[in-house]
Amino acid sequence: MSIFRLSPPYLAGANHVTLQMMQVLLALVPAVVAMVYFFGYGVLVNITLAVAVALATEALMLRIRERPVKPFLSDGSAVVTAVLLALAIPPLSPWWLTTVGVVFAIVFAKHLYGGLGYNPFNPAMVGYVLLLLSFPVEMTTWLPVASMSQQPVDLMMAISYVFTGQLPGALTMDTLSGATPLDAMKTQISQLRPPEVIMNQPLFGMFSGKGWEWVNFWFLLGGIYLIYKRVISWHVPVAMIGTLFVISGIFQLIAPELTGTPMFHLFSGATMIGAFFIATDPVSGSTTLKGRLIFGAGVGLLTFVIRVWGGYPDGVAFAVILMNMLVPLIDYYTQPRVYGAR
Amino acid sequence: MTQQQLGSFPGGLKLPGHKKRSTQLPIRRMPISKRLVLPLQQHIGEAAVPIVEVGEKVLKGQRIARAEGHVSVCLHAPTSGVIKAIADHQVPHPSGLTAPCVMIETDGEDRWIERNPVPDFRSLSSHEIRQRVREAGIVGLGGAGFPSFIKLNPGVRHHVETLLINGAECEPYITCDDMIMRERAAGIIEGIEIMMFALRAKECVIAIEDNKPESISAMRFALTANKALSETTRIVIIPTKYPTGGEKQLIQVITGKEVPSKGLPIDIGIVCHNPGTAYAVGRAIRHGEPLLSRIVTVTGTDVTHAGNFETLFGTPIRELLEFCETKRQPDEPFIMGGPMMGYNLSGDDLPITKTSNCILAGVDEVAIASQPLPCIRCGECAVACPASLLPQQLYWYSRSKEFDKTEEYNLFDCIECGCCDYVCPSKIPLVSYFRFAKTEIMNQERERRKSDIARERHENRLARQERERVEKEERQKQRKAALAASKAAQKKAENTEAESTTEAAAVKEDN
Repeated sequence: MSIFRLSPPYLAGANHVTLQMMQVLLALVPAVVAMVYFFGYGVLVNITLAVAVALATEALMLRIRERPVKPFLSDGSAVVTAVLLALAIPPLSPWWLTTVGVVFAIVFAKHLYGGLGYNPFNPAMVGYVLLLLSFPVEMTTWLPVASMSQQPVDLMMAISYVFTGQLPGALTMDTLSGATPLDAMKTQISQLRPPEVIMNQPLFGMFSGKGWEWVNFWFLLGGIYLIYKRVISWHVPVAMIGTLFVISGIFQLIAPELTGTPMFHLFSGATMIGAFFIATDPVSGSTTLKGRLIFGAGVGLLTFVIRVWGGYPDGVAFAVILMNMLVPLIDYYTQPRVYGAR
Repeated sequence: MTQQQLGSFPGGLKLPGHKKRSTQLPIRRMPISKRLVLPLQQHIGEAAVPIVEVGEKVLKGQRIARAEGHVSVCLHAPTSGVIKAIADHQVPHPSGLTAPCVMIETDGEDRWIERNPVPDFRSLSSHEIRQRVREAGIVGLGGAGFPSFIKLNPGVRHHVETLLINGAECEPYITCDDMIMRERAAGIIEGIEIMMFALRAKECVIAIEDNKPESISAMRFALTANKALSETTRIVIIPTKYPTGGEKQLIQVITGKEVPSKGLPIDIGIVCHNPGTAYAVGRAIRHGEPLLSRIVTVTGTDVTHAGNFETLFGTPIRELLEFCETKRQPDEPFIMGGPMMGYNLSGDDLPITKTSNCILAGVDEVAIASQPLPCIRCGECAVACPASLLPQQLYWYSRSKEFDKTEEYNLFDCIECGCCDYVCPSKIPLVSYFRFAKTEIMNQERERRKSDIARERHENRLARQERERVEKEERQKQRKAALAASKAAQKKAENTEAESTTEAAAVKEDN
């Protein structure tokens, strides 16, 4: 026996932070492939850029804070933050947009609170919300699904646009971009167009936005893999998706003209990535099982409220951050009953 | 007996058992060592007090130290020989400190002192049984070492519903209970009968984990041979899960009930004993043999010939390890007890004591000492905790030394099983933090009690001084008044002797 711990237990499980982060990244792969398929190579350029910036920022912050660089850089948490943020921003975004978002997430949302484990808010969502509030134009310039646009976005084109802002030929961002399904739904409902009519437009697919429903499906599958691998517990996703389903179902029955169907809500925008990859962030989420149900339900409810009555087409990021604020309160009031307590 | 529905406890772990390593051979008898070192304190409570002199010849089973105070037991010479010294020696304790020990040079004759067996234990009273168990030096052999006679007393306030024999042995690697149940089931049953009698228990449950089929069948066989006992005793097979062998968890599994926080099992009519203890009680009463040896598991990845050994107390651990042949270097640390709740020791001269259930040299899946990462609040620890605590909160507050908060989060309900440590993805030594917090709180408590007593004393003293002063003044005043009155009376009497029987009476009354 070589060097072992000087206090019991002397056995250690295989569980490790780095391992968990790697599992999360692995579970994201199918959805990333789907996003590349539907939205072009810009997604990959975003991810690569975001990861590089995140690692550099993380290393710099660790150095400044005089923390050991290697163990913290290799824990994988910065990479996960970067990838989640990269997937949340439009597939063709200028380099500075990604950079600002990632740097803000790592520096302000993570390290200024004390680094890994100490951040009260989900860093990726803080970065996303900063970008959404500061650069609304860039953040809403989404691409319609590749098959619909005449001009598929290849790798060279994506790199060129991200780093120079140039598009080949006479193309401009205006001709390429279009509204997201959530956006279209919201705008047209405000013009009193009935949702079932909106759903017939070419932007929509079987029960949600074309392409988006598949992306959400693959996030869902990746999430189920994480539950199976016990990286996340089922409580947050089930509570969030369940609440969103129930509340949109209720409104479907009492006010169908107000918003889309429950299936539309479940498979639109950031629902699935939010349910399985963002709201499940352990650091900024609730720790008790009952608390996780409340936390997830709150995210689901707020997402619906913001989507229907708020100023933004999607509400997952705001919902997560708002619920993050409630975590200490939720945790305090949902402590399990201890063995032998009267 | 109908099979009751089993309960379960939250959390816990499915751990690789690694038990086969040490169950391949029957229990072997460890040869008598040339020199035995017997710590006077091998149990919880007051240390025993030596009653032998250096140079004195002792026989096997002869008492060499008497119990001191209530929570204490006697100690005996494990074999015949000569008392060589009574002095401080290193003892197997995590602190690495020394403690008073009796050293015996053995003569190899293993000559018994006269024994006093009681073939029919029913001729004894419950009190007499407890007395004999105490004199036989019997303590809980599961590892805690609490004097057993105390746990054979139903007391006046309680009545004992169930005697629970804890044959779970849930920690990986340890197999001494398994082996004693396989090989000495009849002896255990004998002991159980006596324990039931002493406790006036209604029923007995022998709980064995389902990874010990040989023990289960051996115990079943032994139980069927005892018609009377099999009326009230049943063997319950329980799922293998760590820490089922924790007293509180086992009670929850068997009865579905919980021991109240800060309470004892007897509060809900249950008394828990280890099978090895039951065997020792049987030997002590029926055969008049005090506790002189125990079964020790010697195992681990570094041990070539692992197994279980009946070992005399005081035998140097080094001899056991040499006997089993190990790959370890001399003085390399080893684990006393299991890999989850044991403690590491170094020093080959340490003796086997009443609580040494396992010597573990080398574990698979060893926890490496490393810099832990910060807590990411994943909550895995809370899921694993069998007491439904929130270890991540306890860690947070222990670390920041907010001890009142740790108590609010029920720190003292932590049984230190180590499940939270095991699952932690950040590899935080949680149990060490909790032990630290517990110790700090207990120290503070002690300090506070001390200062409370001092303050009370001081206040009492002030109050007494004040009272004395007031009383003194009062007395002086009274004396003055009496003097004045008597003077006045004298004067009056001189002046007007004739009248005033009434006045004089009034003056007297004033006084």
